[in-house]
This record gives sequence, C-alpha cells and structure tokens, in this order.
Amino acid sequence: MSGAFILAWMVLLLPLVSTVLISCFTLKNDKLSARISIGAVLAGFVMSLLIFLSAREAGESNITWISIGNFQATLGVKLDNLSALMLLIVTGVGSLIHWYSQGYMKGDRSYSRYFACLSLFTFSMLGIVLASNFMQMFIFWELVGVSSYLLIGFWYERPAAADASKKAFLTNRIGDFGFILGIIMVWAATGSLNFAELKGVFEANPEILGATAGIVGVLLFCGAVGKSAQFPLHVWLPDAMEGPTPVSALIHAATMVAAGVFMLCRIFFLLSPDALQVIAWTGGITALMAAVIALQQNDIKRILAYSTLSQLGYMVMAVGVHAPGAAMFHLTTHAFFKAMLFLGAGSVIHALHHEQDIWKMGGLKEKMPATYKTFLIGTLALCGVPPLSGFFSKDGILAAAADFRHHGNVFLFAIGVLAAVLTTLYMARLVLVAFHGKHRSEAADHSHESPSVMTGPLWILVIPTLFAGFLPIESAVNHVAGLNHAGDHTQAPLAMAFSVLALLIGGSVAWSLYSKAESDPIANRLHGLSTALKNRLYFDEIFNGLIYVTHEAVSKLAEWIDRILLSSFIVKGLSNVVDVFGRGLRLFQTGSIHTYAFLFVVGIALVMFFVMGGVL
Amino acid sequence: MEALLFYIFSALTLVCGFLVVANPLTRNPVTSAMFLVLTIISMAGLFVLLNAFFLAAVQIMVYAGAVIVLFLFVIMLLDIHEVEKQPVNYFSVTVGMLALLSIGGVLIKAIVTSGVGDGLEAVTVGSTKKLGLSLFTDYVLPFEIMGVLLLVGMIGVILLSKKTLR
Amino acid sequence: MIGLEHYLIVSAILFGLGLMGVVMRSNLIVIYMSLELMLNAANLALVSFSRFTNTVDGQVMVFFVITVAAAEVAVGLALIVALYRKRQISEVDELTSLKL
Repeated sequence: MSGAFILAWMVLLLPLVSTVLISCFTLKNDKLSARISIGAVLAGFVMSLLIFLSAREAGESNITWISIGNFQATLGVKLDNLSALMLLIVTGVGSLIHWYSQGYMKGDRSYSRYFACLSLFTFSMLGIVLASNFMQMFIFWELVGVSSYLLIGFWYERPAAADASKKAFLTNRIGDFGFILGIIMVWAATGSLNFAELKGVFEANPEILGATAGIVGVLLFCGAVGKSAQFPLHVWLPDAMEGPTPVSALIHAATMVAAGVFMLCRIFFLLSPDALQVIAWTGGITALMAAVIALQQNDIKRILAYSTLSQLGYMVMAVGVHAPGAAMFHLTTHAFFKAMLFLGAGSVIHALHHEQDIWKMGGLKEKMPATYKTFLIGTLALCGVPPLSGFFSKDGILAAAADFRHHGNVFLFAIGVLAAVLTTLYMARLVLVAFHGKHRSEAADHSHESPSVMTGPLWILVIPTLFAGFLPIESAVNHVAGLNHAGDHTQAPLAMAFSVLALLIGGSVAWSLYSKAESDPIANRLHGLSTALKNRLYFDEIFNGLIYVTHEAVSKLAEWIDRILLSSFIVKGLSNVVDVFGRGLRLFQTGSIHTYAFLFVVGIALVMFFVMGGVL
Repeated sequence: MEALLFYIFSALTLVCGFLVVANPLTRNPVTSAMFLVLTIISMAGLFVLLNAFFLAAVQIMVYAGAVIVLFLFVIMLLDIHEVEKQPVNYFSVTVGMLALLSIGGVLIKAIVTSGVGDGLEAVTVGSTKKLGLSLFTDYVLPFEIMGVLLLVGMIGVILLSKKTLR
Repeated sequence: MIGLEHYLIVSAILFGLGLMGVVMRSNLIVIYMSLELMLNAANLALVSFSRFTNTVDGQVMVFFVITVAAAEVAVGLALIVALYRKRQISEVDELTSLKL
C-alpha cells in the first residue's frame, strides 16, 4: 500500500474515531467535543490536500469484509482524480463548516451531539467518495441518509424539524430502493460490484447488460434522484432547511446532495444513451422548476434551497449530455459558493434572532458589512458573473448542452438559459430585498455583525469562489469517466453569449422590480401564479393526495386480506378444522376402558397386518 | 394317541376358555372362575404333552391352586350379584367378537403362512433337571429379581389393603 | 402328526378369547381372568417353541411369566378391593374418570 492509500484510509476513519470518541466519552464536555470533531476533519483536509497534490496514480486498496462462497464484500478506497477532488471538497468545505458551527451552535443544549453527528456525516460522505465498489457505496449511501436524518431532525423537539427529517429519510428511501435494484441487476449481469472490474467488463463488452441497460441506468439514477433531490423526489430538500443552518450548508448545499451527481460520474461508463436521456431531462426539468419556485419564496433559506435544487438539476443535466466533467466542475464551484451563501444566511439569521423572512430584513448592508460582501460575491458567482468560478462551470454545462452535434439538445440548452435568467432574478431579489433598502423590522434594526468565528469561514470561502473556476477539473474528471472528446468547447462562445445575456436580463428585471419594492410586486400583480409558487407548485399536496389515495387503497386491500382472507378463512378456518377434528376425536375419548382396549386391539391388528405385508 | 390327547386337551382348553369370557347361561363371576380352573388344568395337560412336566405341575399348583383361590376370595369378598341382572350389551358383544376375529385371524394367518414349524421335529428337552440347571445358572439373576418382585408385590398388596390409604 | 402350528393355533385362539373377554365384559374380575387367559396363551406358545426347537429357555420364560402373573393378580385384586371399598363399584363402565 502506498502512502496515498494509507492517508486515504486515515481520512476515512478519522471522523469515525471522532464520532465514537464524542458519543462515548466527551458528551458532557462541549469544547473538547468540538475540538475533536474539528481536529478530525481538519487533519482529513490536510491529508486530502497531500493526496490531491501528490503525484498519485489511480488505483484502489481493498480489504475483504465478508466472504460468502464466491461473493466477496470488500471495503476499499479508490483514488483517482474524481475521488481526490471530492475528498478535497468534502473535507475542505466540511472543515470550514465545522469551524463556523462552533459559533453558530454556541449555547445549544446538545452541542456535543451536534458535532458527533457532523463527524458521522463526514465519515459517511467520505465513504461514498472513496468507495471502490457498489456495495460499499450503498452502505455509506445509507449512512449518509441516516446522518442527514439525525442532523435535519437535530432540533427534534420542534415538530417541523422532526417531520422534515422523516420526510427526507423516507423520500431518500424511495430513491435508494431503485438504486439497490439497479445494483442487484448489475451484479446479476456481470457478477461483480467493483467499479474498476465493472469498467473493464464494460470496455470488453459494452452490450453486457443487453436490453436492460436502459432500465439499469434509470434505476441507478433513482439513487441520485433521491440523494440529489431531483424532480420528483425533490420535496425533501426545502423542508430539510429545518436543520441548523451550518448543516444546511454542509449537507444540503455542498456535499450530501452532491453525492448523487458524484455517483453518476463514478458510474458514467454504466449508463446507456437512453438512461442518459432520462437523466438529462430530469435534470433540466428540476433546474427550471426549482428556479421558478425560488422566485416566490420568502424564507431566505428556502430560496437558497430551491437555488440548490436548480443547480443540482444543472449538474444532473450535464451528466445527461455526456459532460460529467462539467457536472463535477459545477459541483465543485457550487459547493464553495453555496456553502458560503448558506453560511452567510446563517450569519444573518443568527444576527436577527432566527428571523428568516427576507421581507422582514432589509438594510443589512450597513449593519453586517462582512456578511453582505461575502454574500454578494457568492450571489455573483451563482449568477455566473465572469470571471467568478460559477461563470466557468455553468458555462461548461451550457456549452455541453449546446453541443448539438454530439449529445446536446436545443431544448435542454433553452431550459438551461432560462434557468440562468431566473437564477439571476431570484438571487438579485434576495440580495436587494434582504440587504438593501430600509429596515423593515425591529430585529433588522438592532442586528449586528456576527462574531469572527462565523465570518472567518466566509472570507476563506471567498478565495475558492473567486478562483476555483480556473482549475482544470473538467478535463481531469472527463478523463476518469472515460471521455476524451469532451472538454473541447466548440460551442463555448455561443454558451457564453447566452450566459451573459441571461445575466443581463435577469439582473435588469430584478433591479427594476425590487430595488425600491416594499412588498413583492409579483405577488401583487400575478396573484394566482404567486400563490402557486409560494406553495411550491403544490408538490407536497399532490404527493400527500397521491399517498393518501394509494394508502387508502392499499389499506382497504390489506384490510380485506386481513379480515376476509386471513381472519375468516385461514385463521378461523384452521381453528374450525381443528375444532371439527377435535370433536370427532373426542368421540373416541369415552373414558370407557372397553373402548380403549378395543381400539388398542384394532391398532395392534392393523400394525401386524401391515407388518405382514397386508396379505390375508 | 398323542394326537388324540392333543385334540381332547385343545378342545377342552378352548371351550372352557370361551366359557370363562362368554358363558351364555350365566354371567356369574364364580362360574367364570371355575371354568378358568378347567382351562388351566387342560392346559397343564397340553404342557405334559409338550414334555414340560415341571411347568404342568407349577401351572396346576400356582394357577389352579393359588391364583384361582385368590379370585374366588375376592369375588366372595365383594359379594357381587348385580352382574347377572344387567341386560346383555350386544354392542360390546359385537365389539368383542370383532376383536377376537381381527387378532385371532391375523395371528392364525401369520402362523399358517409363515411356515414356522416346517421341518421342526418334536424333541425331548423337558427334563426338570435341565430346567432347574438353566434356571440356576444362566437365569440366576432374573430368578433373583423375580424374588424381589414377589416381595414388592406382597408389600404393595399389604399397603393397598389397609383401611385408610395415606 | 401334531406339529408346532397346531399348538400355536390353539395359543392364538386362546389369546383371542382372552382379548374378547377384556373388550366385552364389564366386570373387573372377569376382565382379570381374561387377562390370565391371554397370559396362558402366551405360555403355551413359549412351551411349544421350547419343545420344537430343543431349548429349555422357553420353559424358563414360562416359569417367570407364571411368577409375575401371580404377583400381578395379587396386586390387581388388591387394587380392585381398594377401589370397591372407595367407590362401591366393580364395573369398568362406571370407571370413566381417572380421579378417585
């Protein structure tokens, strides 16, 4: 095992050690818990940096976990450009958020529990990133689900948080069900779960999945639909904002939701063209729909949540148009600036004593200059203002979608551009309403800048937000995914032009609508549309109705089965049969010795008769 | 001569046996006991025919002497008359016949078809001396155990006969 | 010529008669006598086997059987007496429960 692998194992296991230490020994000691947790993830970051910078070669190191017959469940670490990059994102953003949490969570009753959960989450996420086979990936995939459940429901005494955590967990479960079905089908077809082996198998025989290739691809994509909150399983992500804001930043902006996209890139070689079509359209629809909904949300975190959804849609769409490199590139830049935006939002919320309605903020520009500046930079990056990182990554996706000769699609490109316009619009609305104008509430009036432990990470995140766009991520990841043609931006000028155009349109519309607004002009003029958007296009209600109807039907059926089939027929039937036999047999139990003697004699006679071969 | 004696004794045994269990004239237990004595005596005759002289003597002494006396004793003790007054239960008669036919039929069929006696000649084994030797050499342990069994039986009977069972 | 089968058939019929008595009669004492008949039938079979196979073991066994039968009759009759004293019955038809 070379040094890089030892480091990778350590990166993986340190957060686990931290979780165990905190939950077993230091629950009472808040400071120590925080230090252990931060220490683990910081050490992980340093090691990840070493791995990233070292002249590593792609490879993996496996240990056999369970061996059943010729099936071997292995745990391993797989190092290549993709996992090294993700390691860096997870530990990097993770470290900052751990650091920031120190301030944000100060005084919370369950401070130590928070850090234990955070460490567990980091461990699970790193497990996915380093997974060398499907089985390990699925295990950590579920672990991520569990730890996100714990973190979303961190304030479990609040009903909303408890419900949100359940919703997230159950929604993810639906996706995971498809995911494991896909994994099983892959295993059934190839007999292997190891990514490297699978890749070899697929290179040797691309048609190995035969007619089921599309189905397998879509099933595997189901996992990503759940984790990366794609349409129609996106409903959990906005609700997940009930968790502490740093958690929202870590899980629901930078890392966990990125797991789905990461997974798609990891298994890109498995996905058939049909499956990729589905993926591309799902991504596109999610991107557009979430952006539209974000327009009329008033909760600062919900706006960011829908913005996250929209950006995830972008990434998934990028995978769908054969540009996993662009997807990972956007994932990376997005992780930085969205984490920053969330932390900024957290800073605002913290300062305003948990006020989250943007219409009750206003004028925070002067009160919270550091937060404002960083938030503005993040917003500009998200909108794709050149030369910030978001510009390059979004451009990569648009360019891939515009690559009509290969895998691009004019409709998808149009969706992408439209979503870009809307992105600029809702982000500008957020900034203009929350930070500019006059104070609209007491809390906003008395707000003050957050402590440096919270603004520090914001400033640190500014650096990658500004410069991550220049990293050669796209080609590196495309190389891993086995694509060599991508990365040539023949359509880059077209995409860039549209991108800038979208920025200008969105920005000017937002300025004209919101720069002087005291209440939402869209809500005043387009009342019906606004209500629909505020209610998130009624997705929750539709799902509720659907679930209600199916639930009713299933329970009716179950009741019928239980009452008629099981209760009357089988249970009572069985007891009746026993009863009848019992009544019959009771006739023999007369209590009279004669009867017994006679039956005894007959029995012996019969036994002898049969022993003698039944001839008389 | 031997055959004649065999048939006489067999007939006596079976007829008397039948009268023990199903006397058509009376159902008095004393009569049954008396026919049991006859059955046993004729069986002793069969034993003599089989050259088991000692056993014939034991049969008469133990059964006809001791056991039947015991039976009669108990019958007298209980003073049972009402047996005779009960009507004949034809159901139990049928059942009894069925039992006889099934077991008897199966056994006889087995004896006839198995050819158990083919090629076996009657040989004289039955000297009392030989029996005694066997009893006190090969079978000395069962013999002793039998003694213990009789003792246990005796103690049991004494216990059971006490006025109050504790 | 009288062979083994003849004796065995007599034994079988006697056994059947005893069985018939057990099943048919309701008086406990007569049932006991029937049991004795069955034992005797077995004895007859044993003695005849002994005679026709030139071994003395069968006779030894009969000796034991007679001894056990004597002990059994003693105990059984004592039980009947005890039962009669307790319940005033000597008919099995009335004996339908295991409790005294």
